[in-house]
Formats: sequence, structure tokens, C-alpha cells
Amino acid sequence: MPDASQSVLRLQGLRKSYNVGKPNEVEVLHGIDLNLARHDFAALVGASGSGKSTLLNIIGLLDVPTAGELFLLGEPTIGMDDARRTALRGSAIGFVFQFHHLLSAFTALENVLMPLMVAKGKPSAADRDLARSLLAEVGMDAFADRKPGELSGGQQQRVAVARALVTRPALLLADEPTGNLDSQSAQDVFALFRRSNEKFDCAVLLVTHDTRMSDACDRVVTLRDGLILAEA
Amino acid sequence: MWIEWTLAVRFLREGRIQSALILVGIAVGVAVIVFLTALITGLQYNIIDRTLGTQAHIKVQSPDEVNRVAPVGARVVQLILETPRAQRLRSINNWQQVRDALDAMPEVTAVSPIVSGPALARRGEAVESVALVGIDVARYTRILPLRQDIIAGQLRVGAGEAVIGSQLAHTLGVSVGDKLRLDAGQGDGSVVNIAGIFELGVRELDARYVYLDMKQAQSLLNLPGAATIIDVTVRDIFSADTVAAHIARLTGLKAESWIETNAQLMNALKSQSLSTRMISFFVAVAVALGIASVLFVSVIQRTREVGILRAMGITRRQMLGVFLIQGGIFGLVGSLIGSLIGDGMVWLFNNLGPGLFFIPLSPTLLLAAALLATATGVIAAAIPARRAARMDPVQAIRNA
Repeated sequence: MPDASQSVLRLQGLRKSYNVGKPNEVEVLHGIDLNLARHDFAALVGASGSGKSTLLNIIGLLDVPTAGELFLLGEPTIGMDDARRTALRGSAIGFVFQFHHLLSAFTALENVLMPLMVAKGKPSAADRDLARSLLAEVGMDAFADRKPGELSGGQQQRVAVARALVTRPALLLADEPTGNLDSQSAQDVFALFRRSNEKFDCAVLLVTHDTRMSDACDRVVTLRDGLILAEA
Repeated sequence: MWIEWTLAVRFLREGRIQSALILVGIAVGVAVIVFLTALITGLQYNIIDRTLGTQAHIKVQSPDEVNRVAPVGARVVQLILETPRAQRLRSINNWQQVRDALDAMPEVTAVSPIVSGPALARRGEAVESVALVGIDVARYTRILPLRQDIIAGQLRVGAGEAVIGSQLAHTLGVSVGDKLRLDAGQGDGSVVNIAGIFELGVRELDARYVYLDMKQAQSLLNLPGAATIIDVTVRDIFSADTVAAHIARLTGLKAESWIETNAQLMNALKSQSLSTRMISFFVAVAVALGIASVLFVSVIQRTREVGILRAMGITRRQMLGVFLIQGGIFGLVGSLIGSLIGDGMVWLFNNLGPGLFFIPLSPTLLLAAALLATATGVIAAAIPARRAARMDPVQAIRNA
């Protein structure tokens, strides 16, 4: 059992500029410091253009900062080569996007298994059992063999949450996960994140516009003009 | 590789109509290449077969006689008015040794020394100019299967017997058992019995060839113990010119291959092969472009899925592999279908076509077509696959 107060993510003086070296160079993050522990359940809020998505992409190892350091599970990630970053991303981070982004050619169960299949090839019986249990966890076990096209938006997002959890990530990142759902589905999905945080010991960072949702989080990190304001 | 294959196959199955259309395109292209190649190969073999049916692959002869010019000292300008020498009929020096040396060459399949020269054939008032060919039947029939071209009597030479062509028999009005006077202008000439009549299907030969025993031809031509030509056949007919060059170097004799004697024909065949290859090449290019464009569309359609897979930890190499495999599958499956269609077209041609000649279909051709199409598919997929691999997951997820 990992220590609940273990640091999952630590940002130090993180800066990000676009068009570096060109006349239109612009810095969107001006030195971000942030700490997330295993038990943290945090919302990242801010007006559009405040740098939320940029920050989320950097945290998710999808993008690299211009300066500063990012420790994931205590490991410094700046200067890692693409293959190593990709591997770390696959094992330590689970993503949930605004649009579920399930692969339409695969069933719900196969979509949940996809991160495992990417990492180690043909899934074992144990992998399948794990995926089924996660589908049950999100209330989608009856739809395991359906293709995404046969599911509603809320159902697809539940499958996406199950998929994000299948690698037992230390950090669950969600970008407007409920932005596209009706309020009932949104509440259900939010509850899933809560349960994941408690049951699977993963830190959760939600990017959201929805104040009802951010108010329900333990921590609210507010980003304004590329800087973090004091936490509420 | 498992995940790459799984993704590639699923993506192809999902875009069923797209996949089916491009497969039909590839299949038609491969069918055209297979049929055209088989047709031209069949046609060429047929032509070569007919040409070589009546001649040796290599003819070895004495070198031409040339005038010898006395050497002159330095700083002397020599003007020469030369009359080329007449080439008299003469024997190959030490032809028995040459024959044995040729027999020992691994690329040579048959060697037949012959004595050949001009003569007149008379019967009553009728006179025809003929070519006397003195042969050793056992050796000669390995060069030219004369026995199967005999239309009357038997292939029997020696003891005053001769075998003549059907045209000559017709002109002189003779048949098997009749007598013929042969005169080579070297003495009295002699009378021979016609033991058999052949028809090679080449008018010139059927009208002029008179086959005799070697000894009798030697005495008629006044070349005792001689052989004027050594006919040679080789294992690989297309290497005849290199073998001929080798023989010429080895023996100091003149060795002429069928490729030299039929330069026009070879030229025609080469041009034909070249045009076939060009057509095949352009069809292959069209197929490759088809595969590339379908995969390009597929990569763009799947931008978001590529992004999500990258976010999930799939590497650039794996992503590259997914699309390369799709290209390879297109090529392989398309070429298998295309080979079947090409096969069918060849079958139709052989069984229901004009029946001018038979097209053989080699498994090598089908295998080559499959390999080539698969390779083409993979190469065609390279650019779209690179694009997928280089996709920035952030952009891919955002922009899709």
C-alpha cells in the first residue's frame, strides 16, 4: 500500500513559452510550483487562456516546459527522451478527456484494456478480469462487448474512466471530463473520480469550468495569467 | 508487434468500404501485371522455341581467313589496297579435341560436329542447289530433334543413304526409296538413296538440306576427315553469347551464338520486355499512390485516435508500425486476389483464347508479384505512417 501522503507530482518554477526565439515569443506559464500527494483530489480552474490546458499537457508529459522541473513519483522528467516519457506516461498517468476518445473499432472491454495492450501486448486472463471489474466499478459491465458507437455520451465517459484506471495510475488527469454531459451523467462521472481517488489511491487533478464540481473538490488550484493564485 | 497488428487489422476492418475499394484497385493492378508478364513471357518463349527449333545455340567454325600484312619499320607510311580473301570451305583444326573440350564444359548440353557445304542435287533434268550436311545422327539429334520431324521413311544416313527436306522432295519429284545424284563440284559426285523426308517447317531448310553420313559428306566435299562446323547447345539459352565468347577464347575459333545471328529478333524481344516492364512499373506506381492516398485519409480521419493512443503510451515506432502494416496488408491481400484474377485470365486465354500459343504460369511470378506488392504497400504507407508517428498528441487530441 503506497503512503497516502507520498508526493505524486511536484512542479518547481515551471515556465512555458511558445514561439521561442521568434518575435512573437509569448510566455504562458510564469513559474508554477505545485505539489500533489496520493490522497489529493484537486480541481484546476481558471478562465480560458489562463494556461490550464498547457499546464495539464505538461503535467501529463504530453508537452515539455521551457524551464523548471517536473517530478513524477519523485523522478525528474525534464530531459527524458521520448520513449522513456511515453513509457512513464503509459504507466503512471491516466487520462480522461472532454470527448471520451474511445477507439471506435474496439469494444468497451477492449478499450479499457487498450493501455495494457499498448504496454505489454496480448492481454492475459488477469488483465481481462481487472478490466471487467473496472467496468463493473463504473457500472458498465453489462455493456462490455458493445462498441462505443452503441453507447450514450455518459456511458462512453464511464468507459473512458475505467480505461484511465486500468494501469493503476498514480495520477488521474481529467480535462473537462463532464463538459459534454448532462448534469445527471456529470454527477455520476464525478462520483467515479471520487471513488477512484479513495479506492485506487490515485491523485486526481480535474480541469473544469463548472464551479459546482470544483467546489466539491478538496483542493482548488486557480490559475490566472500563467500564475497560481493562493489555494482556497 | 501484437498491438500494432491488432490496431492495423481493426482499423482496416472498420473502414471496410475504403479498404474494399483500394483492395479492388490493387487486385486489378496486380492482375494486369501478372497477366501481361505471363503473356509476354509465353509469347517470347514461343518465338524463341520456334527459332531455336531449327538451329543450334552456338555454331563453332574456323576463323575467317584474312590477308597478312608484312610489318613495316618505324616512320614508314604504308598504304594498303586490299582484296578480301575468299573464304574457302575448310576443316576445323583438331576438331576431335575441340569436341571433347566442349563436351566437358558444364554449361554445354550437346555437341555435334558436322561437315557442311554446297552441292547440286540432280534427278533427271531437274537440278537444285542444296546444302550437304554430314552428321553423326546420335549427336545431331540431341541438337535438333530431327527424328520427330520425319514425315516419310526413316532418319537413316550412311551406306549411300540420305534424308532430304519435303520441299526438295517435292521440287525434284522424289519420294522415299528413290535415287538422287549429288555433286559438290569436287570430282564425280555420287548417287544416294532417299531414306527419309523431313519437314522442319522452315521453307528455306526444307528446300535445301540434305543430311548424309559424315564420311560420305567429307568425300563429296573433298574434305577427308574434316568437320566444318561444331553445333553446340547450352543449358541456359540466354547465356549463349557468354558461353560462345568463352568457347572462342578457349579454342581460338569463331563461335557465334543464336543471340548474335538473331540480333533483330533479340532486339525486338528486348524492346517488348522493356515496354512490358514500363507498363508494369507505371501500374505499380498507380497502385502505390492509391495505397498512399487511402492511408493518408485514414491517418487524418484517425488523428484523434492516434493522439489518444500516444497519450496512452504507444510509442512513435509502434504508431509507425500500425500504418506500415496496413500498407503491407493492402499489398499482400490485394496481390493475392490480383494473382487469382490474373491466373483466371491466363486460364481463359489458354483454354478459350485464339490458341496461338500456350502461356505457362510460373509460381515464381505469383510469388514475386505478392512480394513486390507487399513491399510496395509498405513503402507507399511510409509517408502517411510517418505523419501519424510524428503527430503531436496534444494537437491531435485538441484539433480533431
